[in-house]
Amino acid sequence: MTFPFPSVLQQPASTEHGTPPAVRVEQLSLRYGKKVAFAPVDAHFPGGQISALIGPSGCGKTSFLSCLNRLHELIPPARVSGQVYLNHCDIATLPLTPLRRQVGMLFQKPNPFPLSIYRNLAFPLKEHGIRDRTHINTIIETTLQEVGLWSEVKDRLKAPALSLSGGQQQRLCLARALALKPQVLLMDEPCSALDPLSSEIVEDLIVRLKGTYTVLIVTHNLGQASRIADQVAFFWVQHEVGQLIEFGSTQDIFSNPQNPLTLAYVRGRRG
Amino acid sequence: MAPWISLLPAQRHRFSAKESLATAVVWGVALGITAIFAALLGDVVWQGGRQVNWVFLTQAPQRAGLEGGIAPIVVSTGLVLMVCMGVSLPLGLGTAVFLSELSRQHPFWSRTIRLSLDILAGVPSVVFGLFGNAFFCKGLGLGFSILSGGLTLACMVLPILIRSIQVGLSGVPPEYRQASAALGLSRLGALGTLIVPAAMPGIVVGILLGIGRAIAETAALIFTSGYVDRMPASLLDSGRVLSIHIFDLAMNVPGGEAPAYATAFVLVALLVIINSLVSGWAKRFQQSKIQVL
Repeated sequence: MTFPFPSVLQQPASTEHGTPPAVRVEQLSLRYGKKVAFAPVDAHFPGGQISALIGPSGCGKTSFLSCLNRLHELIPPARVSGQVYLNHCDIATLPLTPLRRQVGMLFQKPNPFPLSIYRNLAFPLKEHGIRDRTHINTIIETTLQEVGLWSEVKDRLKAPALSLSGGQQQRLCLARALALKPQVLLMDEPCSALDPLSSEIVEDLIVRLKGTYTVLIVTHNLGQASRIADQVAFFWVQHEVGQLIEFGSTQDIFSNPQNPLTLAYVRGRRG
Repeated sequence: MAPWISLLPAQRHRFSAKESLATAVVWGVALGITAIFAALLGDVVWQGGRQVNWVFLTQAPQRAGLEGGIAPIVVSTGLVLMVCMGVSLPLGLGTAVFLSELSRQHPFWSRTIRLSLDILAGVPSVVFGLFGNAFFCKGLGLGFSILSGGLTLACMVLPILIRSIQVGLSGVPPEYRQASAALGLSRLGALGTLIVPAAMPGIVVGILLGIGRAIAETAALIFTSGYVDRMPASLLDSGRVLSIHIFDLAMNVPGGEAPAYATAFVLVALLVIINSLVSGWAKRFQQSKIQVL
């Protein structure tokens, strides 16, 4: 999948052969004032694969995700320690704009802008310096096709994005992120607010992203984690602090977990 | 099953008696207040409306307003209002944006600004008048002029304007800010394209409250724009606004009650016209920018 992108889209941490970067965290932890959201985490999420973050509510999964594109900076009392690397590039050294362009995000609740379907995609592209209209139109058509929305909306691109169904809105948000050609995608329970049918469509899409993007997905749906993920990270709350308990291949986590907490959780006895 | 169905008959009875009483009180209060306003407005329309005609609207006042019309006074009012809103709107929008978008990063400054605004909002208008007289008329040498009056009013309406706009901005769903931050968009881009248009209803409330306060102001303007009832030639001329004209006719001119009523009718009509124009413009502005359902 190659877009005719201009040089402004050259991204700092991209690898030579277009393999998306691995995400590596070292002693990463986050606190809101005095409350520790999650204790120091060391992990390596391989490039081009899907890693699922599972665990009960309030165990710091979403907070963890927000450190990877520095979205936690929107909340001033949030303080991060430790490092996040995209390949070998420390994200703390990157300016926010290229970082967030490279690390896209999908939220639990679909959050399209109150603009037309077309402008939802065109506005971010313009903000990132892409002015050529034919170029913008090409990107919009390609990304909408990529998320399977093109045939559904091509005749009403001027319609409000908020008039779409929940599942369509979420796919539009995915297209909006993909249009900026990120390499890493963070997803915070992207299917949990959708009906089962839309959820299935979005899940199929996520599987198709494998290889092209490094995907980190928070999910409460263990079935989903086992179906789509290559790695699974299990978070748990101990002493009111989120902890990464176990991290391994999906097979290991679900069939042969090392930690009794993980075993209890994936068997549905706890959590 | 709904919980009240299982209540004992006696309880149900006591409950419904209280409910009926509360309903009656709420209706009574609402109707009473509406009636007072309706009576006031009806009086002004009845006594004033029948005297307003083309001559009254297009001629200058004669014999202290007992004859002639109020043309220069309407013009002065319009000019004072334009100066006031022209200055206070950009300042107010800027401050409100600071308070809603940057307050988390600068808690000390936003608290200080908020506190001073709350104090300013409670300052009587006559104090603003004396301040305007000392600062704009004498200090800056603008004299008794429409400019001095408009600037003084701008100071006076700023607190109310800022707080309403800020409430509007804060009411914009946080998802818009989160989504645009996650896409790496500039704050200014998000503000201009999404946040301000989405906050338009709140901004309009601020503007309307500001205009309402400014157009009705008398005390602050006696000290600043003066009460010369000639047609103003420039912003540096003194000019009499409608509310001062009403005050003067009612208090200082024997037999001035009738033209005072007529002027009050024009004032109310002007307010209604301005309000509908502003609301209409804001709605069109919002629809041209964003698409809410």
